[in-house]
Amino acid sequence: MSTLWPQIEPLLTKVEKPARYIGMESGSIQPDHRPDRVAWLLVYPDTYEIGLPNQGLQILYEILNERPDAVAERAYAPWIDLEALLRERRLPLFSLETHRPARAFDVLAFNLSAELVYTNLLNCLDLAGVAVRAEDRADDDPLVVVGGHCTYNPEPLADFVDAVVLGDGEEVVGEITAVLAGRGRRDRAAVLRDLAAVPGVYVPCLYDVEYDGPFLAGVRPRCADVPAQVDKRTVADLAEWPYPKHQLVPLVEVVHDRLNVEIFRGCTRGCRFCQAGMITRPVRERPADQVRTMVREGLRRSGYDEVALTSLSSADFSGIEGVVADLVRDQEGTGCVSLSLPSLRVDAFTVGIASEIQRVRRTGLTFAPEAGTWRMRQVINKLITEDDLYASVDAAYSQGWRRVKLYFMVGLPTETDEDTLGIAELARTVVAIGRRHTRGASATVSVGGFVPKPHTPFQWFGQNGVPELRRKVGLLRDALRKSGAQLRWHDPAATFVEGIASRGDRRIGRVIERVWRSGATFQEWSERFDLAPWLDAMDAEGLDPDWYVTRHRHREEVLPWSHISAGLHEDFLWDDWQAALAEHGLPDCRWTPCYDCGVCTDHALEHVVGSARPPAGGSQGTGQDLRAGGLVPVQFRELARAR
Amino acid sequence: MRGDAGYPVRVRFAKQGKVRFVSHRDVARAFERSLRIAQLPVAFTAGFAPRPKVSFGLALGVGHESRAEYLDVELRDPVDVPALPALLTDGMPEGLAVTGAAALAPRAPALQESVTAVAYELRLADLAPAVVDAAASAAADAANLTVATTRKGKPVVVDVAPSLRRVDVDAAGGVTVELSTRPRAARPGELLTALRTLAGVEPGEGEDRVLRTHQWIERDGARLEPLAADPAPSAPSGADARALEACV
Repeated sequence: MSTLWPQIEPLLTKVEKPARYIGMESGSIQPDHRPDRVAWLLVYPDTYEIGLPNQGLQILYEILNERPDAVAERAYAPWIDLEALLRERRLPLFSLETHRPARAFDVLAFNLSAELVYTNLLNCLDLAGVAVRAEDRADDDPLVVVGGHCTYNPEPLADFVDAVVLGDGEEVVGEITAVLAGRGRRDRAAVLRDLAAVPGVYVPCLYDVEYDGPFLAGVRPRCADVPAQVDKRTVADLAEWPYPKHQLVPLVEVVHDRLNVEIFRGCTRGCRFCQAGMITRPVRERPADQVRTMVREGLRRSGYDEVALTSLSSADFSGIEGVVADLVRDQEGTGCVSLSLPSLRVDAFTVGIASEIQRVRRTGLTFAPEAGTWRMRQVINKLITEDDLYASVDAAYSQGWRRVKLYFMVGLPTETDEDTLGIAELARTVVAIGRRHTRGASATVSVGGFVPKPHTPFQWFGQNGVPELRRKVGLLRDALRKSGAQLRWHDPAATFVEGIASRGDRRIGRVIERVWRSGATFQEWSERFDLAPWLDAMDAEGLDPDWYVTRHRHREEVLPWSHISAGLHEDFLWDDWQAALAEHGLPDCRWTPCYDCGVCTDHALEHVVGSARPPAGGSQGTGQDLRAGGLVPVQFRELARAR
Repeated sequence: MRGDAGYPVRVRFAKQGKVRFVSHRDVARAFERSLRIAQLPVAFTAGFAPRPKVSFGLALGVGHESRAEYLDVELRDPVDVPALPALLTDGMPEGLAVTGAAALAPRAPALQESVTAVAYELRLADLAPAVVDAAASAAADAANLTVATTRKGKPVVVDVAPSLRRVDVDAAGGVTVELSTRPRAARPGELLTALRTLAGVEPGEGEDRVLRTHQWIERDGARLEPLAADPAPSAPSGADARALEACV
């Protein structure tokens, strides 16, 4: 198959940021396509700048290209200016490495990290010249596969995809390659049956959906050799997968433009709203020595001057202080390399260590209390006391930070206006603490509407509607007038659409298709988002948006993802939901006895941690009193520059 | 600030092929990474957010190629200057190649201030050589050549005639132009528009190509390649000689 570059090249003078489409990143691979190699096109259905840093995609890119029986290239959704030119000239979606047409690949594998990209998935398929509905594809069409966190409820996409991969992809991509390597002239149906036999792979067309009025009666396999329940895949030991070894270094500035080293996967903090924490269990730490090596090698090879140690809660890594101290020492005298620990926790690090890293540029620190009152934080199991937070903030301002960012959600279960207004009170107190240290102290309050996610204790909860979220944002806006804190909020209408897709069933596929046909792509871009086509499409399909979004589910209800397993017992999730309503917290099982959520016990897995002791400053669920230990908890994100 | 304590070096680089679509700012970032990969002792600015002391010359438009881009970098310690081109090219994306380097005199004037003339090769897509030749002759004779363009996002009309020093067309329709940067540097894209207007042919499907071939520093009647303009007095003469060899 020949390259499309000669046709694409002249178009690039007519579009914004043309370097998005040229490839050539350090770390990119020019693959040797051969008939006996399965060709994967890994697609991130959003712009290059958002998609390139995705670590999951980069990991699979390397693993597949290392295999003798596979090659992999990448593609990202072309921005609307290039899309229009491509369609005008009848040119398809193309790969970045060799600018091959997408249809020349055996597999189109999409990473789905957010619901609002769903219309982009359809658009990419259409642009590739592949039928958007799986049932319309011919034997020689590429297989359309999806992975990523959104696939834990695959039903809204069931009509469009051939196969869904659940959980860690490192091992399963090889198994899928092996199935396709023998594909030969076999028909599509036979290939799909073989794929359904691969653990972790769900083939939607092999399942029938039965309804009981508006409710689901079940999603059941059509034949006996297709599993009734599909379990996620889990890589037991991260040490065996030191990927990416050659992280891509883009030529265009992208989000998270730095070296990213994953230090552990999984999280057992047990925040009840957090889908990532639930579906990625158990905790698997990378050995500290491997982290050091990956950081050193990665910096040397990439030329980056910033490295992030990534995970869902990086400060919880065993021996994080030692790793940080080593890395800071490594950089002494070698110029400016900054280190950051992205994490959404308030309470698991000391200002002392934050200062160690951020010696020079103390501009901003981010704290994520998530809710405004202690009661509300007990409900969501994010057990940060006001004293914890204020002590962290006081320490931060006293040591030279000037700006604090605070992340919150509104629309949480059992939330009252007192809880919402608690956010404002907390923010005012933070500003007051800051002004004791520096007159220019400021705080930014970011508020997002809560979307209940599948496989979490809150999966039964009826989301707040648009008017209710708007009202709550309005309360906060009024309460924060002249407070010194700036309020930012996520559009409640977009939150509502996320709710439709997050817990939607197979009927929502028709809605997504209608919205896509109306031209609504890049829905996660606020300038491109509009609620109207979504409501119109729901109406045209005879579906009630509130039934999907704001309705509380019953214990007995068959949920659209009930045939998909992240390893969590439904009883555990329900009991945890009841505990939430009773305002009871649940400790972290890394450092306290197992409460049998189901992940380890049923799947012969265990936590892989370097230390059985909770990290310094880790208050939540560990019973530690931070005030007593003299350790001040803090979480930080801003880059630091060790001189 | 320049050359206050360190060892300023000027390098020349080429930007050709696909990488021409990378913006000036992103090329700068690629250079900064390359300097780190090469582990060169780059000097940093003092203050709250230290930056490497690197300064670029005239910006090159996105989509345009060049054989004559320059940047100045200040080093804390002396380095093997003739080894720099290979060392830096190694850490760069394909199509960006460092082709010369010279130790610079302390307090040498900045590139932006000292470059006075720039030469380009232009190739107008889908135009017969005779048509291009006629348009070029008309341009050379014109008292003014106004072009509608944008500056800082605002539509403006500029006259490119004052900076057009000479224009030649070869048998294949390739255009060679020399533009003065004074009083204001005309952009090659603006000249392409002017030529197309004179030819009466709108841009079509093909891509008009721009290649910057030279930048000159004209001083006291002499015309100098920027690598040779302000050599460090203490630099071993061999280094500069080698840099110049690679340039022509």
